Amino acid sequence: MTAPALEVSGLAYAYPDGSPALRGVDLRIERGERVALLGPNGAGKTTLVLHLNGILSGGPGEVRVGGRTVGRDSLREVRRLVGIVFQDPDDQLFLPTVAEDVAFGPANLGLRGPALDARVRWALERVGMADAAGRAPHHLSFGQRRRVAVATVLAMEPEVLVLDEPSSNLDPAARRELADILTGLDVTVLMVTHDLPYALQLCPRSVVLSGGRLVADGPTGRLLADTGLLAAHRLELPYGFDPRNLPVSAPVVGDGT
Amino acid sequence: MSGGHAHGGHLPRDSPVHRLPPECKLLAAVAFLLVVVSTPRGWWPAYAGYAVLLAAVAGLARVPVGTVLRRTVVEVPFVLFAVAIPFVARGPRIEVLGLSVSRPGLESAGTILAKATLGVLTSILLVATTEQRALLAGLERLRLPPRLVQIAAFMLRYAEVIAAELRRMRIARESRCFRARSVRAWRPLAHAAGALFVRCYERGERVHLAMLSRGYTGTMPAGPGAAAAPRSWAAVAVLPAAAGLVLAAVGTVLR
Repeated sequence: MTAPALEVSGLAYAYPDGSPALRGVDLRIERGERVALLGPNGAGKTTLVLHLNGILSGGPGEVRVGGRTVGRDSLREVRRLVGIVFQDPDDQLFLPTVAEDVAFGPANLGLRGPALDARVRWALERVGMADAAGRAPHHLSFGQRRRVAVATVLAMEPEVLVLDEPSSNLDPAARRELADILTGLDVTVLMVTHDLPYALQLCPRSVVLSGGRLVADGPTGRLLADTGLLAAHRLELPYGFDPRNLPVSAPVVGDGT
Repeated sequence: MSGGHAHGGHLPRDSPVHRLPPECKLLAAVAFLLVVVSTPRGWWPAYAGYAVLLAAVAGLARVPVGTVLRRTVVEVPFVLFAVAIPFVARGPRIEVLGLSVSRPGLESAGTILAKATLGVLTSILLVATTEQRALLAGLERLRLPPRLVQIAAFMLRYAEVIAAELRRMRIARESRCFRARSVRAWRPLAHAAGALFVRCYERGERVHLAMLSRGYTGTMPAGPGAAAAPRSWAAVAVLPAAAGLVLAAVGTVLR
């Protein structure tokens, strides 16, 4: 039995002003699972994400990535294993060309020369942006920048890909393209989103974070059909969308319990 | 989008000047300007000689004269300042176009204008023939502290993001019928400047977070590339050396 890709136990955290953000979170994600992290604004989703690669720490509880405990000595390894794609691609892409930006992560890991070039090409091909290698990030469309942002993280060959609001500000075509890319990847995915149909489309399992606690964990279709649960945690489906009416639900990988 | 501005004034060409290593061009420009600023006041033939040298560089680099002249408008505020000097300076006064102006003031103003224009022209040529990121790499190879080079690189990368943000804020203001026409408009403008500062600061924090998440430890992974060949240094040395010759020649004639 291999260690789970991600294991969070009893994690709590308070902001510097003392207000609690996480109040004891337990979460276990197996390798290869795609899980959506749902919850209203201010639920602590981003705080939880920033714990996964050790940007935030210091509270009670523990995060283990592939069996390794996140701590001061494991930061480098953990940041390779957990790749975070942030919400605003302009925050992520800061170098003059796409290729340099994709190379930034793997170069920090010590990759150089032809191996680095090959890794950059590989990552850009995965997101269909190989032609843009020499272009400046600010000359790309928003959807293209989001895909390059995914490539910058893929280039580090993470085992867990964490995406913060991946569908925000994308037009429907860019949204579908990103979905195609994400479903084609061979990594564990944790996707933070308010976009419930997107969660249903991509993630067989969802967890709901509210008020710093995990309040639900199960197959996405079942959670989204639970109107009481959604109403209690300020989650709302788009007008006219009924998950029970969908002919085929996304295939269930984990049993979600 | 403002595609032309995006490249910060670089004119892509294939010329001998474009092909020179950026650090050579940077040092040559600085050396040339040192000669220019050390030229004594009122040595007009020397200034003309420097201008001819720059024109030769522009010709070699195939940079259109019109483009270069259009870009010198950045100098305009400075020109206004120089124009005021002859009127406020002391010393013997002479009549120019029926106006009484100070003679040393006029000479100072002319000298300042000439030197400033030469400086601006040099920078325009340097930027037109060198890509922004090549300039940064050149600075790094000249052993400028990497932290400073990184800051400059971030500035170049994010200037457009911030300009776009500023543009969106202005459009949002104007969409609510705001027009900056009186002193009372300063208050909302000051608030907008403050908001922009806070947003930039927060973006800086988010960028740093995203960098940390990709294993940033304080140094950029790509080190400086290969050193420039002696041949390139010899080539760029021609400009400051020629300027030095002009200075010496004018000096012997005027003395």
